[in-house]
Parts: sequence; structure tokens; C-alpha cells
Amino acid sequence: MVVSERRLSLPNNPITGIVLAIPAYFFGVWLGTLFGLIDDQNTGVILGYLFATVAFLAGVGFLNYPLERLFGWRVTPISDPAENRGIGRFLRLSLDHKVIGLQYLVTILLMLLLGGIGAMLIRTSLLVPDASITPPGNYIPLIGLHSVMMIFITSAVIVGPFGNYLVPLMIGARRMAFPRLEALSFWVVPPAAVILAAATFWGGFPTGWTGYPPLSEQASQGMDSYIVGFTLIAVALVTSAVNMLATIIGLRAPGMTWTRLPMFVWGIFTTSILGLLAAPVLAAALVMLAMDRSLNTSFFLASNGGSNYLWENLFWFFGHPEVYIFILPAFGIIMEIVPHFARKPLWGYRTGVVGLFGVALLSWFVWQHHLFVSGIAPVLRPFYMLSTELISIPTGIIFLVTLGTLWRARVWFTVPMLFCLGFLFNFLIGGISGVFLSDVPTDVTLHGSYFSMAHFHYTIMGGEIFALMAAAYYWLPKMTGKMLSPTIGRVHFWTMFLAFNSTFFPLFIVGLLNMPRRVSTYDPALVGLNRWVTVSAYVLFGSMVLFAANLIYSWFFVSRPALANPWHARSLEWQVPTPVPARNFDRVPVIVAGPYDYGIPNARPVADLGGIVGVTGGG
Amino acid sequence: MAAFHIEEADRPHMVRLLIIWVILSAIGIVAVLQINYPPYDESIQGQDQASTLKLLTALATPVFIGVVMMILYSAIYFRRTTPELVDGPPMLGNTPIQIAWVTISAILVLFLAVVGIATLSSENVAQLVGAPGRSIGGGQTGSGTTGEENKEIHVQVIAQQWYFTYRYPDYGGVETTHLYLPVNHPVELHVTSLDVIHSFWAYQLGVKADANPGVDNIFHVTPQKTGGFQVRCSELCGLWHGHMVDSEGQVVSQSDFDTWIAQQQTDFETIAKAVPSYAPYYFPLPLTKGS
Repeated sequence: MVVSERRLSLPNNPITGIVLAIPAYFFGVWLGTLFGLIDDQNTGVILGYLFATVAFLAGVGFLNYPLERLFGWRVTPISDPAENRGIGRFLRLSLDHKVIGLQYLVTILLMLLLGGIGAMLIRTSLLVPDASITPPGNYIPLIGLHSVMMIFITSAVIVGPFGNYLVPLMIGARRMAFPRLEALSFWVVPPAAVILAAATFWGGFPTGWTGYPPLSEQASQGMDSYIVGFTLIAVALVTSAVNMLATIIGLRAPGMTWTRLPMFVWGIFTTSILGLLAAPVLAAALVMLAMDRSLNTSFFLASNGGSNYLWENLFWFFGHPEVYIFILPAFGIIMEIVPHFARKPLWGYRTGVVGLFGVALLSWFVWQHHLFVSGIAPVLRPFYMLSTELISIPTGIIFLVTLGTLWRARVWFTVPMLFCLGFLFNFLIGGISGVFLSDVPTDVTLHGSYFSMAHFHYTIMGGEIFALMAAAYYWLPKMTGKMLSPTIGRVHFWTMFLAFNSTFFPLFIVGLLNMPRRVSTYDPALVGLNRWVTVSAYVLFGSMVLFAANLIYSWFFVSRPALANPWHARSLEWQVPTPVPARNFDRVPVIVAGPYDYGIPNARPVADLGGIVGVTGGG
Repeated sequence: MAAFHIEEADRPHMVRLLIIWVILSAIGIVAVLQINYPPYDESIQGQDQASTLKLLTALATPVFIGVVMMILYSAIYFRRTTPELVDGPPMLGNTPIQIAWVTISAILVLFLAVVGIATLSSENVAQLVGAPGRSIGGGQTGSGTTGEENKEIHVQVIAQQWYFTYRYPDYGGVETTHLYLPVNHPVELHVTSLDVIHSFWAYQLGVKADANPGVDNIFHVTPQKTGGFQVRCSELCGLWHGHMVDSEGQVVSQSDFDTWIAQQQTDFETIAKAVPSYAPYYFPLPLTKGS
């Protein structure tokens, strides 16, 4: 076969991507205005965002490989990770799972900063009961941006950085199954964040993260940012999920049997099943919404024969598994980290895995508990009440396994361990308040109030973000080669834990006292509680600044190089040197024991690494 | 039972935990039972919700205290005391304890579900036989209430950006800007919307019902005390969602209600021709979407 010498000679980096994206956006707008059926700019804006995204991805280098194969040009090799050690590799398309993990980490932390600033603005506005700080025209777009930005972040904040970096290391693989897909799942996130933020130029969108029509069809062009941005996140979820599943099923090292798989990998595995099946439903619903807004269809408009119930069903059919997409990796992190610091085997490994699968399975049968007062199918309300309450059984199993692991342990109180215990406390409150919302009679009062808002912040922020912090203090030494300061870490934990509870617990009471979500004006009687919450929220934001300071301090100002295995953990990812070699393992490791066999007499090291002398704890 | 053999080393911990748990739970349950739970007792439905809330809180208290105690106890007593790393006892699990945990949580959950379903179905049965309405939600089907004594008053709640109006089909379809209800009289609320999704929330009455365009969403309420209540929207509906509040709802005596509705009918006659006649739901013209 004759290989042509021709090749694409465009420099592939994000700058090229941005340079291409800007004209592509205006081309899309022009095209949409030309063919748009409704006399507005929705068609143009949607096309503009899509064209800009594709152009950005092309500029980054995603089209090279398919075009080269299509036209028979010479295939440009993506440089070997071993020959590419500079800081520049983080700024370009890379197929190395370790680089992608760190790219994800920095991107998502920046997005988290944006979402957090949004939260601070919201709380500032609520210092007064009469919208005099933020008029509704600013407040409602603000909550929309905060909520959707945070949903983007929480969908990917564990699977993106830690899943991509650690799953191959933990299962003894050299790469992910589909490296290009892995890179794609990262590179659609920055455009999604930019497109979402671009809603500001159109005055934002008025619907919050639920995007209920007909309000979302009445909305201005800001809504198109929601549609396209969310679709890109759905793409990231699906590509990441299919890749994780293929990797975990197909690339496990010899001896890495299903019963030796680390719990974190199980968490990623179950969450990927949910992502793979749920995100397409969201994408389909968003396409229908985009068609309603641009092509004059009427899927969701009652006046033309559609129904807003269709959106509510599709959205929550995605939306409820979505919240378990957030929390399953967090469960995995907790069950992974606790045995290493309790210095005990996981108490009931198989039970824990059953718990994860139980949550994943039941999450498909509960979505209408978001719609108890909507008027949909009253006869089904008892069923959804029962199925929702049943989820507390597998969730209870996660608690049982963790508490059993702590029983008569020799707990080493490191910062990650503190965050694990903080997770247990917060998620307990989050879970119990969920039972209040699942009961139909009480939900009539609590639905749509600050009670439900406090509930999901307890599960997502108190749960997932606390697990994220545990993961950061535990694994970042391996990922960056630098230890984080444990002193700042302890101050960070206690500030964050106390400020978090002081912020969100009063909101349960505020909700019970008749304050609905998403309003900038409220009963003046509640002003005292709201001010207390706002001040606590400022402290909570301060604790996150402390975390950022710890990262910057440890990375750039103090060189505390991390040992290969600072925690003396048994599991496989700690047996490779730090920094992790470009190809992870010199040769494929042979797994000979489970990761949590602490205190078992004559326990073997977890793997035969062939040459690399790792540090194995326990024994 | 041999399966529940408890190791010697576990016994002192378990006894200690059990004693503290029983004492703290008892104190906790007594404490949470003292609270006056919203939405209080202005209507039968609100009272049902308040008592369910009380039951759930009382049940949640021992669970919460138990788990928090386990966390704290582990943090205090199972902390490593030696400077060097030591491994704990290799406990791989205990099937009987795990089965017991799952069974207990399943019993708790099923108990809650049975209580919830019983509450719901007793309401539905009460509604079918025409007893004074205890039902909180009937969905999109009417009640078919029988009996002259307790014939339900029908009230249509019409939501639009950004206020509620009310129509009384039993009184010639009169439309009012505030909601007045007679005390001790079952009311069937028909909630609908003219534009986007709203949610009719009468906090003190224990009613929350989404207002969907083109849908007749039916909820029931029986006020049992006279007094004011607040109506507000609890589903984000656009710019002035936060201002969609009306604090002038009133539960009044039957005679006051009759006087009031007669006055409303007189007032309404002047504008009746301009208002569409009563219907389950309305589609405002033009039928195209806004943008």
C-alpha cells in the first residue's frame, strides 16, 4: 500500500482550536439565521456553538487521525509519553491517561472556583430579604449558572481526574482501552464550560438546572448554552463510561480477579454503567428541546399537543441515576481509603460490592419521586415511595462495611481519613433527610423548599466533595509527586467540616419554615437564619481557598517530594515508583493477593512486579 | 444462637455502645417529640403531614445517633496509640451480622413504606366512599364525591406569570384574586396553568400542587381552623417567581364565606363577558410559543 507523504501541517494546540472556533461560531450563526424556521437566533446560536466545538476539537488535533486514515496520508504519531516530559504536554492533546487525569484535575478545579464564586454571590444576595442586592433579573441567571456548572463538575470531578489516572494503575494496565476516546471525554469539557458561561452574554437562562419547558422554550438565547453545554457533558459521560467499562473488563492484569479489584475501581465500574445508560436519555431530551426552540416542533408544548410531562420524565429518568453517578465513585473512595488507614481488611468485600450494585440497580426505579406533586400518575406514587426508601438498604450496606472495617482497628488519623469520617457524618444526614423527601405526605410540604436544597447539598457537597478531598490528600502525592501539607490539611478539614454543617443544617429549618428554593425575596422573619448561613458559607469558601493554597504551597513553594508509598498501603498503585513511569509498569504485573490483606499472617505482596522493588505494607 | 457468637474482645465495646445508644436515643426521641412540626394543623392534610414528619424524625433519631456514635467511638477507641504502624486484627466480615443489619434496615424501610402507603390509601378510600376528604392528591381524575352534607367545594386555581387567580364553578364560575375557603368543608382544588409550570403552595394548608398548562391537577384539602394562609409559587417560573406570593388567603366561617362569595359574584358580573367561561383548562391565544 502506498502511503502518501502529504500530511496535515496545522500546529495542534488549544490556541489553534480557539482561532478556528471563533470563525466557525459566526459561520454557524450565519447559517442558522439563513435557514432558521423561527424568526430568532436560536438556530444560529445552537449551530454556532456546535460548529465552534467541532472546530476547537479539530484544532486540538482530533480530526488528524480520522482524516489521515480516510485519505491515506501518513499517520502522525502522537508523541510517545516517554519522550514528552515537558510542562507543554499538559497543554496539548495527549493520549497518556496520567496527563489526561491531571488536565482534568486543573480544569475542574478552575470550574469549581467559578461555581463557588456563584454560590458566594447567591448567598450575598440572600443577606437581605428584599432582592435589593441582586434584582431577580440577575439572581435567576446566577442560580442557573451555579447549578449547571456544579452539575458539570460533580459529574466528572472524581471519574475525570482520579478515574482516568488511577484505574489503569490499580488494575495493572499501561493505558486505557480507548485512549483517543479518553482524550475526547476531557477535551469536550472546556468547550462545555465556556459555552455555559457564554449564556451570561445573552442574559443567562431562567430555569435552573432542570430546564423545565415551557419556561425553557420561552427563554432567550441563553437557554441554547444550557442545551449545547449539557449535551457536551452527556458526550463526556458516555465516552468516559464506555472507556472505563472496556478498560476494567478487558485490561486487568493477570491475577486481577473480580474479587481482588480495588473498591475504587468497583465504584468507577458501577457509575460507568449508570453513565452509559443515563446520559443518552438526557441527550435525546436536549435534542427535542433544541428542536422545539429552533425547528418549531412541539414535543413539550401543551398548547400544540405536546406535554411538559414528557420532559419531566425524560429529564429525571436521567437526573436520578445522575446523582448516583456522583456518589458511587465517592462510596468507592471511602471503602478504598478506610482499610488502608484502619490497617484492616475491608470488612465484607463482597457485601460492599453488592451494596454498590444495589444502589446502581435501584436508581433506575425511583425517578418519579421528583414528581410527587406534579400530577403525574397518582396511583404510582406508593411504588416510587417504596423504591426510593429501598435504596437506603444498599446505602446502609456501605455504612456497615465501612464501620465494620473501623471496628477494633488501629486507625491512623491522616487527613484523608478525617475526610472519610466527615463523609460518613454528612452523608448520614443527607441520606436520612432523603427518606423525609421520599415519603409522599411530607414531600408535599418539603418539595421545592430549602429542605430539599439542603438535602442534596448534604449528599453532593458533604458526600461527594468530602470524598473528593479524601482522594486528593490520599492520591495527589502519587499523581503530582508532592505531599500536601498535613497541617494545612487538618485546618482545612476542620474549617470545611464545621462551616459546611453550619451552612447547610440551618437550611433544613429554613425549608421547613416555608422558604422556597430559587427566590431572592423571602419572609423577613427568616433573615437571621439566612445571615448566619451566608456567613458560614463565606467561611466554607475560605476553607476551599485554604485547599487551593495548600495545593499551590506544596506544588510550587515547598518541595516535599512524595515517597513511592507514603501511606505504606498494599494496593497496586502505590507499588510503582513516584513519579509514575511513562509506561506505568516495566512488564505486566502478576497479581497474587488482594489489596486489603492487612494483618493476615504470611500475606503475600499484592503483585509480582518483576524487577521494581516496591514497598509493601502489612505482612 | 451459635451463628451470633460474639468474640470476647468485642463484648466490652458492644455493651458500652449499647448502653450509651439506648440512653441517648431515649433522650433524643423525647426531645424531638416536643417540637411542634410544620405545617401545623390548619387543615386535616397539614396535620397529617406534621404527624408523619414527627414519626419520621422520631424513627431517624436512633439511627442517626447509632451511626454517629459508631463513628465517634471508632475515632476515640480504635485510634492507633503506638508511634509505628501496626495492623489490626484481620476480620474479613461476619455474615450473620451483615444479614442482621440488612434485615433490620429492610424492616425499618418496609415499615415506613407501609405507613406511607396506608396513609395514602386511607385517604383514597375515604375519598371514594365520600367521607370528608383526607386525600392529598387525586391527580387528573375527579373525586365523584357523593352526599349532600359534605359535598366538596370545587375551586380552580389558575396560575400564570406571575399571579394566581381562583374560579368557583359551584358559584357560576366566579373568578377572584384571593382564595377564600369555608372552614370544615372539603375542597377539591383543580390546579392548572396558562403558560409555564408553576406550583401552587399553600403552606399552612399543607397543599402543594404543580400547575401545568393543559392539565387539570387535582388536590384535596379540608381546612379545620379559621385564619389566614399564604399562597406562593414553588416552581421556578421566570423573572418574578419570587414575587408570586399572596398572603391574603383566608379560611373563614361558612356564613362569612357565603357573604364573601355573594359579593364576588356581584363584582364579577361586570367583567364576566370578557372572561372565558369556566373550563377544566384554558389555552391562551395565540397558540404559538413565545420566544
